[in-house]
Amino acid sequence: MWSFVARRLAGGLALLVVASSLTFLLMNINTSGIALRILGDQATAEQIAAKEAELGLDRPITERFVEWIGGAVRGDFGVSWFTSESVWHTVMSRLPVTLSLVVGTVLVTAIIATALGVLAATRRGAVDRVVQVISVVGAAAPNFWMGLMLIIIFALTLPIFPATGFVYPGTSLVGWASSIVLPITALSLSAVSAVSQQVRSAFIEVESRDYVRTLRSRGLSERRVLFLHVLRGAATPALTVLALQFVGLLGGAVVVERVFALPGLGETIASATTLGDVPLVMGVVAISVTLVVVVNLVIDIITGWINPKARLS
Amino acid sequence: MSTETAAAALTPSAPAPRSLTRRLLHNPLGILAIGTIGTIILLSVLAPLIAPHDPTYVDLSIAFDPPSAQHLLGADSAGRDVLSRLLYGGRFTLLGALISLSVAILVGLVSGLVAGFYGGWFDTLSDLSSSLLMAMPSMMLLLAFRVVVGPSLWITMAIFGVLISPSVFRLVRSGVRQVRGELYVDAARVSGLSDTRIIARHVLSVVRAPIIIQGAVIGGISIAIQSGLEFLGLGDQSVPTWGLMLSEGFRNLYIGPLLTVWPGLAIALTIGSLVLFGNALRDALEDRPTAPRLRADVARAERTEVRPVGEDIALSVQGLTVGYPISESSVKTVIEDVSFDLRRGQILGLVGESGSGKTQTAWSILGLLPRGAITQSGAILHQGVDLIADREAQRALLGRKLAYVPQEPMSNLDPLFTIGHQLTFPLRKHLGLTSEEARRRALALLDRVGIKNPERTMSAYPHEISGGMAQRVLIAGAVSCDPDIIVADEPTTALDVTVQAEILDLLRELQAERGLSMVLVTHNFGVVADLCDAVAVMQNGRIVEQGEAHSLLRDPQHPYTQSLLASTLDSTDPRAVADQKHGTPMEATR
Repeated sequence: MWSFVARRLAGGLALLVVASSLTFLLMNINTSGIALRILGDQATAEQIAAKEAELGLDRPITERFVEWIGGAVRGDFGVSWFTSESVWHTVMSRLPVTLSLVVGTVLVTAIIATALGVLAATRRGAVDRVVQVISVVGAAAPNFWMGLMLIIIFALTLPIFPATGFVYPGTSLVGWASSIVLPITALSLSAVSAVSQQVRSAFIEVESRDYVRTLRSRGLSERRVLFLHVLRGAATPALTVLALQFVGLLGGAVVVERVFALPGLGETIASATTLGDVPLVMGVVAISVTLVVVVNLVIDIITGWINPKARLS
Repeated sequence: MSTETAAAALTPSAPAPRSLTRRLLHNPLGILAIGTIGTIILLSVLAPLIAPHDPTYVDLSIAFDPPSAQHLLGADSAGRDVLSRLLYGGRFTLLGALISLSVAILVGLVSGLVAGFYGGWFDTLSDLSSSLLMAMPSMMLLLAFRVVVGPSLWITMAIFGVLISPSVFRLVRSGVRQVRGELYVDAARVSGLSDTRIIARHVLSVVRAPIIIQGAVIGGISIAIQSGLEFLGLGDQSVPTWGLMLSEGFRNLYIGPLLTVWPGLAIALTIGSLVLFGNALRDALEDRPTAPRLRADVARAERTEVRPVGEDIALSVQGLTVGYPISESSVKTVIEDVSFDLRRGQILGLVGESGSGKTQTAWSILGLLPRGAITQSGAILHQGVDLIADREAQRALLGRKLAYVPQEPMSNLDPLFTIGHQLTFPLRKHLGLTSEEARRRALALLDRVGIKNPERTMSAYPHEISGGMAQRVLIAGAVSCDPDIIVADEPTTALDVTVQAEILDLLRELQAERGLSMVLVTHNFGVVADLCDAVAVMQNGRIVEQGEAHSLLRDPQHPYTQSLLASTLDSTDPRAVADQKHGTPMEATR
């Protein structure tokens, strides 16, 4: 088990290094327009040259890359070109918002999707069709639009939840919870639809396996057969899909944070993109990829714990 | 999103294209989805002809006007006609999705074909890159790219096409690998067909439908991503799209909430139809027969006259008929009027070729027929109780008095639990043992069935032991709670010949030692001669001949028994011979 975790960890680190290096190179390979964009169309050639020197853009890309990587491993992502604030500090102050959202969504998705998927697989018939409809609706409606509709219904028409804003859990736990209910609902819908489908088909597939018949022949209760043995067998493929969903959720969070005016990483990268603030964009991308790697590692470990065969791969 | 499900669609063999289309058009949801997509595309293409107004014509005097005869969906914040903007918006939104889709399919298809067909370094490299791309949050990357390349909708969608191409790549690559291993591709290669011709003819036909399914998914995702970017105000402000309309509506959410509803609905309708279309196509591809529900009057079992039997009969099967529904009013019968008595302490062989109904009979006794099976008539008598009429009594016997030894040892142990767990749980449940007692007893059982290192086997997972050991474990499990009756379904078929004899010896010893009554399903008359006291021969779901083993073997009456017996004496596997002769009509329901 430990060597399995070590191997996964090494793979994750490699991914992190390759992904952030590639992003850095892509964003820095063509720096000719950056100074102009920061200064505006009226800038003179001297002003542009001065700005480029100030940002270090006149140095060769390899040199800047080594410097960036060297800083990144120490948690130093440089400073924002516009606010001159430390990128690390900005990113870390925004992280709790996005984490509340994304981790909340993953948990909600895991619970609801498992319940729906198992219900659809064991009951079939009408329940199954209801789940299928939910999954099509969930896949069809973009989550930020779901967010808008939720605001119109549950914040403007029926003032149950706040329409916008984030309350830090340190300030008020209840306020924190009610500030993330609608965003998490909006984000969960598409993830629930995808994962519940996977749980449903995996559950049906596992239930038809030979060993399930043999377990039943041993006189095990139906509850134990379905919820211990079959569900555990169906968990591996479902977790794989959940991991894939997580990557998409980070992207979804960017837009949903805008809808609910949550000061998270998504809001940060969206405004940094508009301005062309390369260090800040890079910082957010690096931290997002780190999140993906960490979540994948956690899901891999859970998978390995559930499925002894997975530890071998 | 659903790479997994689309990949699963690869498994069935390549379907004939025409029948696939026909099956797709048989599905009302499929028709609905295709109709909706067609209508949306048509409306978007014809927008210049049918739009009532210029989508960019500003008339501030009617800003935020509600729907009217002049402006069917009202006017937006700048007094532009919402309906016209919606129609024109469709053009650009769909065009953007089309760009992503084309790029994704082009990149994924070409790289997948090359990687899957030729393998080598390109395969390794492209597989690594696809894992890399799949682990990257594409929204973040698109934002990063936007800093470099600017806000153009077309470039952004092309980049997104590349980012999402791994889903196509994976599909194509695994499809190609599957096909490459097929004999007909080798044959085509030997007969001198060029690689391009082979790819075009054999490979593309296999991956086409899964790609269309994945394409529908990609189309949906790219519309969602595109509108998300525009919603953030990071889209291309120069082209009117649904996302831009949403973004404008959002800014005026408190004045005109309806302005977010129309473009949102247009997006949801488009993506929803794409999803439904993908689902319908996948269903058609898998040709999943929706299990017919029998009408109540057909499903009702006939009352069976139960014939009382003596104390010496452990189990009496009487007039058993089982079938599977093929439509709401008809049932395909797989075993018909099967009757036999299992004497206490004896072994009864149930013999026949694959598909003769032996296994269905065995499962009926255990009450473990697959979902959908219907017991049309018959009785299974155990100590005066009809187990078909009293399912609860049957369930109460399972694992305690009635046990099962399956055919395929490796697939009959739960791969996720240790052998020890699977052995001890029934002991604790049925015999009320503590976990320590259960463990000692399980160790003793493993030792009894001839496992060399019981301690190590207890903590092993099923994939860590051999097939012969797995079958010993399963036999230990079957006898663990001291049953009276064992149903063994071809317990040696899946094993090596040398191991077969050992397992048969073990079964015989245990049977003698514990006075077990046993139904032994087999296709092998050698096993019957070796072990059985009585024998019943099955063909096409019926018992054609039964009697004492030694007399039946010496003097078979029925021609089918004679031919089966003759083929055994020729030392040929009777199953192989029979399969060649008759095919396997009921293999599907086994």
